[in-house]
Amino acid sequence: MDDTTMERPLREGERLVELDVRTQDVEINMGPQHPATHGVLRVLLRADGEILTGAQSHLGYLHRCAEKIGESVDWLQYLPYTDRYDYLSAMNNNLAYSLAVEKLLGIEVPERAQYIRVILAELNRICSHLVAVGTYGLDIGAFTPFFYALRERELLLDIFEKICGARLTYAFIRPGGLMNDAPAGWTDQVRAFTDLFERKWREYWDLLVDNKIFVERTANVGVISEEQAIAWGCTGPMLRGSGVDWDLRRDQPYLVYDRLDFEVVVGQGYRGTVGDCFDRNYVRMYEMLESNRIVRQCLEQMPEGEIQHPEVGLVLRPAPGEAYVGIENPRGELGHYLVSDGNKIARRLRVRGPSFSNLALAEHLLPGCMLADAAAIIGSVDIVVGETDR
Amino acid sequence: MSALLPFAAAGNGLTDWLAGLFPAGVPFWILGLLGAVIAFALIMVFVSVLAMFSTWLERKVAGHIQVRYGPMRVGGWHGWAQAIADGVKLLIKEDIVLADADRALFKIAPCLVLGAALAAFVALPFGPNAIVADLDLGVFFILAVSSVTTLGVIMAGWGSNNKWSLYGAMREAAQVASYEIPLGLSLMMPVMYYGSLSLHRAGEMQADWFGLHWYVFSDSFWLAIPSFILFFTAALAETKRSPFDLPESESELVAGFHTEYSGIRFSFFFMEEYAAMYLMSAVGTAFWFGAWNFPGLELLAGSALYAPLAVTVFVVKSMILVFVMMWVRWTVPRIRIDQVMTMGYKYLTPLCLILVFLASVWEWAKAALTGA
Repeated sequence: MDDTTMERPLREGERLVELDVRTQDVEINMGPQHPATHGVLRVLLRADGEILTGAQSHLGYLHRCAEKIGESVDWLQYLPYTDRYDYLSAMNNNLAYSLAVEKLLGIEVPERAQYIRVILAELNRICSHLVAVGTYGLDIGAFTPFFYALRERELLLDIFEKICGARLTYAFIRPGGLMNDAPAGWTDQVRAFTDLFERKWREYWDLLVDNKIFVERTANVGVISEEQAIAWGCTGPMLRGSGVDWDLRRDQPYLVYDRLDFEVVVGQGYRGTVGDCFDRNYVRMYEMLESNRIVRQCLEQMPEGEIQHPEVGLVLRPAPGEAYVGIENPRGELGHYLVSDGNKIARRLRVRGPSFSNLALAEHLLPGCMLADAAAIIGSVDIVVGETDR
Repeated sequence: MSALLPFAAAGNGLTDWLAGLFPAGVPFWILGLLGAVIAFALIMVFVSVLAMFSTWLERKVAGHIQVRYGPMRVGGWHGWAQAIADGVKLLIKEDIVLADADRALFKIAPCLVLGAALAAFVALPFGPNAIVADLDLGVFFILAVSSVTTLGVIMAGWGSNNKWSLYGAMREAAQVASYEIPLGLSLMMPVMYYGSLSLHRAGEMQADWFGLHWYVFSDSFWLAIPSFILFFTAALAETKRSPFDLPESESELVAGFHTEYSGIRFSFFFMEEYAAMYLMSAVGTAFWFGAWNFPGLELLAGSALYAPLAVTVFVVKSMILVFVMMWVRWTVPRIRIDQVMTMGYKYLTPLCLILVFLASVWEWAKAALTGA
């Protein structure tokens, strides 16, 4: 409606004044260089003062053609590239790719290798969630919990370093088995960590997650309903935070997960509504404890034996066919769809990354929130831009 | 420091002391001008050293809270020279003024911010006789002058021509406007107890009796403790310290109003922050925690040691409160702007009003009963 017109006629002595003061929404770029966007994500925000009226995420600043590279190098040569999708959970990425290639080859790796794989994947999950929870604290404005989380992550990185020599990008779990067996004393180091971690976990809970201000900032913020989470293809803590009881480790078991006893943590609405930022963080917090339990069980059950399938060499030539394997990464389902035409190079390689679909929903949660909530919501999605862009 | 001159007419502190040094008949404006220059030099030196020490302390406190050491290398012993190295770095950095910035506002803002903080030190007592100007309206003057800082922050935010900076500036305006009320009201309780707005007078009234005259240990302690908690909360908001650091909240606004500042101009904002922290802590110390008095110190009264010791006691007490501010910063998350407003208007202000009512009844009853 034109605000200079009036419905009723002017009364005696009244006159029409045209206002030349109008408010306008602010368009503001959050990123690609912004402390709260966890890398080079760019979110174009539209805001009426502190209230957001629109948001759009722009991706691609870290695009490295991972899938195309996968179609031009050997099956085994592609392995290091998987490390670089989600660099916080490289072990899981290796595992996802290796399982897909092994399915294509129609082989199963020796039992000891399977147990070591589970241990590494779960330790890597703790590692990744520690960064997720710690940086989420940073997003909310608490600096200290981040350092506490990194303190324990350092122990994990030492464990990884001991077994494979690398601290971030491992290329350790490979099609056919593992690079090498666990060195002497490694299992003791892992066991010592699992004992320590349960005590340290309490510190993050008390200092950050159960902090009154933290609860005020995250409870009832960025609520994702069950239907929404499923409709947008959310996986991992994003999905479970909304109360959907779905975990590939239990529901489509791979490796030896069907022999292990663990709970699938689901958002309870512990401090607010089911599916809010607090719940997503809550799921990550408790998943760390469950991963710890899994690692302990693996250490007990792990047999001696080979760690490499005898028939798998350096050059692979899978029979023509296709395979899809999705595994439960710390951030959700990481799937590889591989097509082989019998050659030593993949015909087609497609990656289904969890951060990408999780992020798609995030921009729809922002309108109506406050500017400060943008950091809280994007942080709770816990994206790694290396994976959204690949 | 021109702010000093009109008040110097009250004939206090530094000007009085200067008048004693010169033969009678020296025109007053010469004394006033000389006093202003000396006061400026003293305050500037004090604030610079304070800011340097506080940055080092902040980094050490942050380090030890975050299970690390903080600076350890520069200068040898626990990185004591880190702040000097930082200061030199800031001084020699390129001074960047953005092409699209409002140049005048951009350049004035840091000076105004720091100038306001320095001016407030005029009414701050450091010891029994160490005060630049003992104003009758001491604490009122401090509150009024330190609020000018906000104006500088708004100028910085607007002048930077950066939306994040503007957000920071608007948040600062909203926050300070709401917290000025509880801050002022929470100071009413000690003011009613002392019957004076002068911090120097408050210090004198808390002397003797081995600390039992401190406001927190006085017969009004039940008003002193809640009013101090309210004062400290409002002071955190007033000095933009966590959990109220919204104007410069790193994870939301990049660096808020000083996003575009670098080099010496940035260091002005930095110094202002520590000066303001010290200022608020010193007001708290003077009103609640006995100012420069310390149990047993009064036995030394009259000796040459008394004045330096009293100043040390006051500065150390204030630094303890500064330490608490740092401790809070590295422990808690940041609250949201609507929660800041809710807390200010719905909780702090009504609580302060209730306390003011109780205090006025209590102080009136005391006066009526003792016949004072």
